[in-house]
Amino acid sequence: MHEDSISALLADALAVVPLRPWPRYELATAAFDAVARAVGDGEREMLALWAESGMVHMAIRPIGETPCVVSTAVIEGRFPSVGRWHAPAIRLERAIHDLYGYVPEGAPDERPWLDHGAWDRSGPLGTRGEAVPRDPADYPMLPVTGEGLHQIPVGPVHAGIIEPGHFRFTANGETVARLEERLGYVHKGIDALTTNAPIDRAGKVVARVSGDSTVAASFAFARAVEAALGLDVPPRASAIRGVMAELERLANHFGDIGAICNDAAFAIVLAHCGIFRERILAVSAAVFAHRLMMDTIVPGGVTTNITTEGARLIGAALDEVAPAFAEIVRLYEDTPSIQDRTCGTGHLPADLAVRFAAGGPVGRASARDFDARRDLAYAPYEGLPFDVPVLTTGDVDARVQVRIREVAASMDLIRMLLAMLPEGPTLVPVPDAAGPCEGVAVTEAFRGDLLVWLRLLPGGKVARCHVRDASWFQWPLLEAAIEGNIVADFPLCNKSFNCSYSGHDL
Amino acid sequence: MRTLILKSLFAKPVTIPAPDPSAAALEEVGRALEARVRRLYGRSLAIREVDAGSCNGCELEIHALNNAVYDCERFGLRFVASPRHADVLMVTGPVTRNMKVALERTYAATPDPKWVVAVGDCGCGCGVFGESYAVVGAVDKVIPVDLSLRGCPPRPLDLLQGLIALVDKTTARQRSAG
Ligand code: SF4
Repeated sequence: MHEDSISALLADALAVVPLRPWPRYELATAAFDAVARAVGDGEREMLALWAESGMVHMAIRPIGETPCVVSTAVIEGRFPSVGRWHAPAIRLERAIHDLYGYVPEGAPDERPWLDHGAWDRSGPLGTRGEAVPRDPADYPMLPVTGEGLHQIPVGPVHAGIIEPGHFRFTANGETVARLEERLGYVHKGIDALTTNAPIDRAGKVVARVSGDSTVAASFAFARAVEAALGLDVPPRASAIRGVMAELERLANHFGDIGAICNDAAFAIVLAHCGIFRERILAVSAAVFAHRLMMDTIVPGGVTTNITTEGARLIGAALDEVAPAFAEIVRLYEDTPSIQDRTCGTGHLPADLAVRFAAGGPVGRASARDFDARRDLAYAPYEGLPFDVPVLTTGDVDARVQVRIREVAASMDLIRMLLAMLPEGPTLVPVPDAAGPCEGVAVTEAFRGDLLVWLRLLPGGKVARCHVRDASWFQWPLLEAAIEGNIVADFPLCNKSFNCSYSGHDL
Repeated sequence: MRTLILKSLFAKPVTIPAPDPSAAALEEVGRALEARVRRLYGRSLAIREVDAGSCNGCELEIHALNNAVYDCERFGLRFVASPRHADVLMVTGPVTRNMKVALERTYAATPDPKWVVAVGDCGCGCGVFGESYAVVGAVDKVIPVDLSLRGCPPRPLDLLQGLIALVDKTTARQRSAG
């Protein structure tokens, strides 16, 4: 472990045994605050920040090493603010405050985040107080002052077939001086639904945190349950999970590449990518009996096997799509009018990507060299050679290019996994927990790293489960990337990030 | 670009992939729908999609209606950007408390005659989510629903089929009124 201030602080703490596979440390308030401060100084990346009854947890990672979780008790309804030192934590602790009523002491932003004043009680998971109904529109946006500025409010209901959220642009003529997001519209109470729930019901909810990442979320949930119980999954099940995860990545990357180009009025790419996406969904339906492969990954393995015929179908779909996609990529790269829109647009500086631990194509297009499949390796990716494309330009084009290369890498991975599909069972029974135990897992969704932490109780129960989608750390960066761009380029930038609303709002 | 155009000239349309039974069903569904939409609206049915709390899975499949494979526009079904241009609201998700007002306003902004289609197990019931401090309930708890299309998410083909049923129902209603 690093010799730094956090290591010294953790040396004094008692590791709490039941979390697997990372250590968890319970710290006194002052020590937790000191860790938060060191995270703010860049000693660690913050992977997640969440609460449960009476306790706040933060997952942190030293680059290149195993992450850990540090926890502190909530005392008299308060815990030390992390956002005070580390900006990426601000929205997370606003969410904790809304869900539990716990006050992050010293927080720089005390506005509510998920609670828009429409819930029937405040702090529904913690303090459970009387709701103080207020007009949802009554929300103080950050002030922007200057000459010639005007505001453009957009949403929550948008013009396209997309999720709801509110964007407030402050523009100077055509140029965006500031974008402020307001999210939380699709908050469905997922943290509450996965508290004290049977494992299979919690799994079904986690699979629906964000429909486009259902495989990645179920994958992380299953691995967290398996880690908590010390359960080994049959190698064939792991390989099938890998195939599904890469199919999901392919379908989404095709969708994203098409949608980005479409927002720059280059609809031909959308038309073709739409067909590629459809091809992948159709083969997923043929092999796994569900186009999005929902509920197929479960603790203990997978519910659907890949038959020889299934493997052949998947291979055939890839053979068909790969050369056609290569042609579309050539078209994208050889057309100055689309390049003119994507190159240099929506630039995200590398230091911000690192500070926010931005995952997925958003981080990798801005030089953050991280992929959970490689850096927090898990089955079936351990030991498999695959390319993790990293670019440095940080613009819309770079985010397209990263996706283009990941399409190729995913196709290679699927072919590799299918070629060496181990024999054996695909599902093993899940034993009951002997006592309370905790597990944590991170999978690489198409959008970036997705973390699931949970605590199990005997009797097949989930005591508490928390899902952290990559979007939490990407949404704030979109605000930074759009600055100085023209308003008309917002859809383009937004699509190039493609953050999840539902995965964030929970 | 030139090779692409040349290729497209000689390629078979992707829209009707040959003997696959679902593709055959798609064609049948589409033709039936086209005839009814024409009779009722002359040419088109304008649809406005509203996500009132969905997980986004339903949106993905509604989106697919616009791709070259399902190509719903050839049946006169068109997704529009504003509720003021819409005949039909397709609403997904369990309605969250945070989206209730926005959904009510969208409904109010849609001119009569209008129909509401609740999409997905969430829009029709609450799916896995259920009513809670955060969720008001299914779509019909907030606005009147004319048609429910279940599934988690419903497949694009199911959605097309459902739209036929809606057109049938609205035709019947018009006849009985007239
Ligand atoms: S019905 Fe299924 S896919 Fe649709 S919003 Fe609900 S959970 Fe998501």
